[in-house]
Amino acid sequence: MARHRGRGMASVNYPIGMNLGGDPSQALIHSNPDGKFTVALSAIDLGQGMKQVTRQVAAETLGVPMEDVYVDTADSDTGPHDMGSFASRGTHRMGNAVIAAAREARGVLLEAAAEELEVNAGDLVTDGRGNIHVKGAPSRSITVKATAQAAQFKQGKTIAGRGIFLIPLSTVDPQTGEMNPNTAFAHASLVADVEVDDETGEVTVLKMASAYELGRAINPKMVEQQLVGGAWMGISHALYETPEPYYPDPSHGPRDFNEYLMPGPGDIAPYSITVLERPAPDGPFGGKGPGEMCANPVLPAIANAVYNAVGVRVNDLPITPEKILRGIKANGGARPQPRRGGG
Amino acid sequence: MLEFRKDLFAAERDDNLNVVGKGAQRQDMPGHVTGRSPFFDDHAFEGLLHLKVVRSPHHHARIRHIDTSAAERAPGVKRVLRGADVPVNKNTLLSLINFGKDDEPTLAVSKVSYKGEPVVAIIAETEHQALAARALVRVDYEVIPHVFDVEEALKPGAPVVNETYPNNYFDYHDRYDHSKLRFGDVERAFAGADFIVDDRYQMSPIEHAPTETNGSIAAPEQNDRFVVHSCAQGLFFSLGTAAKILNLESNRLHFVGGTVGGGFGGKVDSLTEPLSILGAMMTGQPVRYVLDREEEMLYGSPRGAERIYIKDGIMRDGRIVARRIRSYFDAGAYTRLSSYAAIKCTAHLPGPYTIPNVSADIYVAYTNRCPSTAMRGFGITAVDFALEVHMDKGAEACGMDPMEFRILNAYRDGDMKAHRRVAKNTALIECVQVVADKTGWPLSDQARRQSSLTGGGGARADIPATVLDDNGRIGRPETRTGPVTETLPAGTMRIPMTKQPIMEGSAEARPTPPAVPQYEPYRPTPPANQPAYQPQPYQPTPTAPPPTQAAPPSPPSAPPPASAPPTQHGAVRFSSVFGTRRR
Repeated sequence: MARHRGRGMASVNYPIGMNLGGDPSQALIHSNPDGKFTVALSAIDLGQGMKQVTRQVAAETLGVPMEDVYVDTADSDTGPHDMGSFASRGTHRMGNAVIAAAREARGVLLEAAAEELEVNAGDLVTDGRGNIHVKGAPSRSITVKATAQAAQFKQGKTIAGRGIFLIPLSTVDPQTGEMNPNTAFAHASLVADVEVDDETGEVTVLKMASAYELGRAINPKMVEQQLVGGAWMGISHALYETPEPYYPDPSHGPRDFNEYLMPGPGDIAPYSITVLERPAPDGPFGGKGPGEMCANPVLPAIANAVYNAVGVRVNDLPITPEKILRGIKANGGARPQPRRGGG
Repeated sequence: MLEFRKDLFAAERDDNLNVVGKGAQRQDMPGHVTGRSPFFDDHAFEGLLHLKVVRSPHHHARIRHIDTSAAERAPGVKRVLRGADVPVNKNTLLSLINFGKDDEPTLAVSKVSYKGEPVVAIIAETEHQALAARALVRVDYEVIPHVFDVEEALKPGAPVVNETYPNNYFDYHDRYDHSKLRFGDVERAFAGADFIVDDRYQMSPIEHAPTETNGSIAAPEQNDRFVVHSCAQGLFFSLGTAAKILNLESNRLHFVGGTVGGGFGGKVDSLTEPLSILGAMMTGQPVRYVLDREEEMLYGSPRGAERIYIKDGIMRDGRIVARRIRSYFDAGAYTRLSSYAAIKCTAHLPGPYTIPNVSADIYVAYTNRCPSTAMRGFGITAVDFALEVHMDKGAEACGMDPMEFRILNAYRDGDMKAHRRVAKNTALIECVQVVADKTGWPLSDQARRQSSLTGGGGARADIPATVLDDNGRIGRPETRTGPVTETLPAGTMRIPMTKQPIMEGSAEARPTPPAVPQYEPYRPTPPANQPAYQPQPYQPTPTAPPPTQAAPPSPPSAPPPASAPPTQHGAVRFSSVFGTRRR
């Protein structure tokens, strides 16, 4: 009886947003008289960071400090229509809608500043610190705050913008499946190292390493949060979770967290992530969205690592000790496969 | 630990950005870490009532009789709701995009199709009273045969799970019992392949297990409106669904949400909103309907099971020349969103690889279990598991290293995908190379030299002559296999391309549109005569000319006005593009 180490890998891509379009998001932005901006959305922040992503996208496009932008979700009376936070669509669809709204608001902002500075709006730039100045001549400047004051109380301008982003509806050919599905794809590859106990069938994930191509990491800390949390979910999908452990027999269903198997803190493996950025032509600053895909490569990489360790292919998820032991028994014992470099 | 490889694709990226790319603290973090962020259940109301539902104890049964008289007389009970009280007691979620037929009641009337299906709702002054009254409802059931296995469900003579789809499958295009993908000629390619790798995969259901269970609070608002505190993942999606089921104009509903305690796809279904609003309408008081943990686990709609069969034809040099896939989504008793996931899965096949012959049949099957719904990676996660384990077997069959095998077969810019659109912006090869590097996985020099940017297109961009079939015509299960009906000539496309917007920040977007001046980094300058705050006296300027704006690039055009029937409320309905038109 022994513990066998194994290493497996997988590589995947992921479609961003609702397939086949018909997938709109809207955003409204306005400034208060002090040059502080509110972004009104009906998008949902379920922990993934919708408010912060759109805040950074809005600040970038407006050319103002991030602290001067506040994102408000979600009230159907004030936030304009959005399909919802699913299908990894939030950053991409809503990010683009916010860019469109911020562009319009920025246009008015620069017009108002131009009027105050008595220059052409096309010659103005923002410094991202709350100032607007003539390109190449930072001394000819006005603050965003003073501009908003002037727009509101003197010029009678609304520094506001509306944005919509729509992937238009497409159709499907019934015979061939020809279609225009998603326009942006993210990519990943992952290596998992496991140890399998051939006496108990238990799998321990020792460590994982991955490379994710996400277009643009709009907030790297939140990317890390998504990818780490998603990898935990991937381990859980691969080795532990299901409400129907003997599917399609529905019996033995768990009723609470005491009965529903999930990994605990001790089961979390060290995880090294590398981010690649190949901007999506239609993404906000090239951004795609890691929301859903972060669990996907973990499942097959672990399954392949289990095979590498003991020579058992488990094709049915989750990969339980019972399934591994049955496989080892059928094979007449553990059959470790050739070790892979670095494992 | 997270690191960047900024050297890769650097030529395609404009990194001269101010805020984007910074790991700034989240706007809502102080509220979250101090426990002050308000979630739907953090709203107190005077006179709040509690709603609990009576659920079916059987997997499949006819309802002979429902007796609620004892429950109505129970202490604290304000109202008992039955199917007849629901204005539009049949809905399908994707009717919001005009996809599929209404098939699911809010409260079952004549039949229950899964264990846990809601039959009666009790509204009482306390949760305890609602639970006590729930036990007093008498439902007389006639148990009928059930089916749990997707392939059993599709056999002739299987129990009919869902009367709207009497063959136990979702109807695609009013024509087929499955979603089809056909590209090239897989059978001929199999015949010429050196190795055939064939296997079956199964993903069991998975529970979303959000910290915050599904729930909502609805309350009468002034002026004949209702405010709804919701945990919906799509606020207008839920509003539209509730407006339709309750036959209300959408502007009588005021949804508040946006801060949700975990969803993972399990809060798209509007499981509670229609009943809590109906309760508020019927009682004139605020009503709270929240699933307890056991309800969330057992009846809160899981990630559905998928069964996937894959057959690959592989050459000795490692090239995959054909891939055939047959898979089954287990929708449970009602459609919810499974019909959409099958289409998404179809478009995703054969995975991120360039394979010249691909065929897929994707079924959505109804079984007598809790309806499944979206979950993180919907339509993709299970098939990616199957594909990537199958890739491992393919590499083994032809004696190649698994990474080299993937790099060899990876799709590249310019390659034709099986759904007849050209791949671009690809990066699979680079991801494999980077992960090989960091894990010390040995790669050959040749594999290291490969790039997503080169080597694609050319012959790899061709659409092959494609054999078509008429297998799986609706209502005729004996037609699931059959002869080739025609061969579509090489290069044939039938669906117009959609115009793709191009945004700034990417190589193709340059030069930058004039309306978005480049970020010019801050250079400290003396504050000069520009104080930070210059309060201006209010000076009305009634004669001022209308403000002129820098013309922004016109946003994508809005959808055409909805042509929905006037009796239908809720969100705008788009026209149907796939599947079956709504009746």
